Amino acid sequence: MTYIAKPKFHHPGLKKNELGYTHRDYEGKISTLCAGCGHDSITASIIEACYELSIEPHRVAKISGIGCSSKTPDYFLGNSHGFNSVHGRMPSVLTGANLANRDLIYLGVSGDGDSASIGFGQFAHSIRRGVNMTYIVENNGVYGLTKGQFSATADRGSKSKKGVTNTDNAIDLVAIALQLGATFVARSFSGDKSQLVPLIAAAIGHKGASFIDVISPCIAFNNHAGSTKSFDYVREHNDAVNRLDVLVGRDPIAVDYAPGTVQLVEQHDGSKIALRKIDADYDPHDRLGAQTFLAKHAAKGQIVTGLLYVDPDAEDLHEHLNTVETPLNTLEADTLCPGSAVLDKINASLR
Amino acid sequence: MSDKKPISSVNDFVVRFANVNGSGSASANEMFARAILRHGVPVSPRNIFPSNIQGLPTWYEVRVTEAGHLGARGGVDMMVAMNPQTWDKDVAGIEPGGYLFYDSTKPMPSTKFRDDITVIGVPLTAITNSTYTDPRQRQLFKNIIYLGSLSALLDMDPKLIEQLIGEQYKGKEKLLSSNVHALHLGRDWALQNLKCPIGLRVKKSDKVGDRIFIEGNSAAALGAVYGGATVCAWYPITPSSSVAEAFTAHCKKYRHDPETGKAKYAIVQGEDELASIGIVIGASWNGARAFTATSGPGISLMTEFIGLSYFAEIPAVIMNIQRAGPSTGMPTRTQQCDIIACAYASHGDTKHVLLFPEDPAEAFEFAAAAFDLAERLQTTIFLMLDLDIGMNHRLCRPLKWDDARQYDRGKIMTAEMLEEGRDFGRYLDVDGDGIPYRTYPGTHPTKGSYFTRGTSRDRYARYSEEGTVYADNMQRLVRKFETAQDLVPRPLQANAERPTKYGVIYFGSTSPAMDEAIGLLEARGHQLDRLRIRAFPFHSSVASFLAEHDFVYVVEQNRDSQLRQLIVNENGIDPVRLVPIVHYDGSPITARFIAKAIGDHQDHLKVTPLRKAVS
Repeated sequence: MTYIAKPKFHHPGLKKNELGYTHRDYEGKISTLCAGCGHDSITASIIEACYELSIEPHRVAKISGIGCSSKTPDYFLGNSHGFNSVHGRMPSVLTGANLANRDLIYLGVSGDGDSASIGFGQFAHSIRRGVNMTYIVENNGVYGLTKGQFSATADRGSKSKKGVTNTDNAIDLVAIALQLGATFVARSFSGDKSQLVPLIAAAIGHKGASFIDVISPCIAFNNHAGSTKSFDYVREHNDAVNRLDVLVGRDPIAVDYAPGTVQLVEQHDGSKIALRKIDADYDPHDRLGAQTFLAKHAAKGQIVTGLLYVDPDAEDLHEHLNTVETPLNTLEADTLCPGSAVLDKINASLR
Repeated sequence: MSDKKPISSVNDFVVRFANVNGSGSASANEMFARAILRHGVPVSPRNIFPSNIQGLPTWYEVRVTEAGHLGARGGVDMMVAMNPQTWDKDVAGIEPGGYLFYDSTKPMPSTKFRDDITVIGVPLTAITNSTYTDPRQRQLFKNIIYLGSLSALLDMDPKLIEQLIGEQYKGKEKLLSSNVHALHLGRDWALQNLKCPIGLRVKKSDKVGDRIFIEGNSAAALGAVYGGATVCAWYPITPSSSVAEAFTAHCKKYRHDPETGKAKYAIVQGEDELASIGIVIGASWNGARAFTATSGPGISLMTEFIGLSYFAEIPAVIMNIQRAGPSTGMPTRTQQCDIIACAYASHGDTKHVLLFPEDPAEAFEFAAAAFDLAERLQTTIFLMLDLDIGMNHRLCRPLKWDDARQYDRGKIMTAEMLEEGRDFGRYLDVDGDGIPYRTYPGTHPTKGSYFTRGTSRDRYARYSEEGTVYADNMQRLVRKFETAQDLVPRPLQANAERPTKYGVIYFGSTSPAMDEAIGLLEARGHQLDRLRIRAFPFHSSVASFLAEHDFVYVVEQNRDSQLRQLIVNENGIDPVRLVPIVHYDGSPITARFIAKAIGDHQDHLKVTPLRKAVS
């Protein structure tokens, strides 16, 4: 439980990143989720990605809604400000925070209940506005905290732990994010850290709305036979289109890739994504192609994972609004208030 | 033909224009009101409009009042009846001895008129059609033509109207001259064919002074600009939309960096009110000054977030331009009906700060103050306007700003303070005023971060479901609310000439009608002390006022006497001593209504007991 203090000592030989931080500097409190929960693996991946990117922990704002997934920001980046807000409303809170200070990194953590049901609207609108954020949905197809009700991402025909068959159609958040114009769209699996860590790192480097749907089995209520979000099912049906490496400050030529197998994508922050193709025909710059590919594979019961779409030249909400480079929260009366002379003129125009 | 002597009055009458929504009458009617102001005579105009864009009836009422009574008066001395749909009702609404102005192009049966009024026909359509061929021009210029005729009938100076037209169409010579031409078409026809002027006349005066003429919503938006708001998130809803629109317009003028052209503000039209308040709370959490503007249904939707703002202690400014509820209610009619909904918004034990401006000048001041209060108190501040103040032009004192004024950003723990080793507990009451320190996200690499949540936590923001920890926090929030009492605008008291045991409490847009009613009541021999409440929580002077009077009338514009309920609840006083005076039909409250309601009650109270009368 969270009131158990996490010991601070660590191995003296623990590796440090460029900023001199160790892994431990990116950790948070001890998780209160069930042992084996997929969400804890995602937490570990976020820690790993932030460590790898040498991000200053306090320059990240982590914002969530309500639910098991939304509790996780307490378990990573303990030196970052976190905001466990209102059910389904993480996107609006994050949008506001982002408008106030464009210099921080915004990490939105949500779940399938939080984003596909109560917060479906806010999910959609934050994506279509192009808020510069990394929006992670920890997707287990079930309401965990209230003990096992279906969520809106549960596949039609899948069975609950109590044996009830879901008759409602599933919402595929990745398909929706693509349709709404997200400029970085990925899907991964909490059990595949080697795929997930670079995806999170690349999403953080992306300037614009990045969306990652992470299938994250619920060990307590949705890991049985008949579930399509169980560890076994996802492993069997995982269809990865690519694997990637994120290269920060390293010469990509120095990394040894077999010729013709790698596609390099340069990001806004100067980092590069090296995409190792698995499916030779898959083009992550083709939004329409990605939509069709997803639909075809979903019909076959396959879960497509990897970097599904990226637009490296994306614009974000601040560009749309043409806001000043200086964070709005640092502006004071001297720059914001037009003053009494202007007010006198306004008064004169109103007579 | 008149059974009643025509009303004769200089600078004190009511003209009502009955129009069809979307016919372009609004600008001509507004020009009529402004023209009278240019004569140095105060006016108080009101739009009475439907929830519709085109086709439904709309009215514009101008109270011409040299005495400066800016509340609605009630009754109509002259009806400009331009809408056949509402003809019967419009004609019936004219005061005996009043005047009916109409388009006489088509003959009307005599049964359509009244014997006790003066009927003035001008063949507006005929004049228009003989001059203009374009249908849109015909429609628009017809309005200017009736303005011209009225100027002759009411003895107005045409030069002053021409001046207004000149200002409105500055740089658009063609429009300018064609409008002036239309004005004279109507004026000349009236001068040649009618007895001008009639009994109602406008005479030049000097009673306007340096006052300005502005809508409350625009003033509140300007207050947000001056008060340093940088983030605005909103969802369109009548009658609040013009706040965000005015904020946008003001920002475009005054908030762009002269060198880069970039915006020192961000405005987002949210997908709903939930998103709007969410954006406000996210921005405020991150240290920007943020606000939203909405009306009753929006408040209902925002309540979950308002509870979060209260409990997690995040600043927010909500401008509530009240309209008649419940539910969709009467979206284009005015009321003060969200007092309870806002004071106690959200589930659990909550209380919120409310500000009650009386006019646009106070809307400006209180809007700017709301941002200081929100950051000082780290909670939601409601600016409670209503449709009557928000969407009507109101004459008020000029807006003022002290250039030495700095924003009160509240208790912020900086990186330097953290470096000095200051103890940071996000919910720690270090000063005894119930207000803790907060840090902005990104302040310091290793100190001062915390996890914001709507769940219970201890003084150091650590999750806790311990009963004592929870109660400790809830008690501190009470202390904070007590601190607010002395920070919000104080009530204003005005005593009667002679000592009296009767008082009246009122607030917001009731103000001008109340001031006028006092005169009417004095004429009936009733003396009343007045207290205008300007904010909740109530200052201690409210309790003193209640203690000093036997009976206190609480005048408000809602059915359930909501402010009275709040006073009874918060001050624990005997409800019998607080007499509700309520007006809630959606029209603005009038002095006549208040004076009658209070006067009748006073007469009833003062009935001499029988035993005393016969002894």
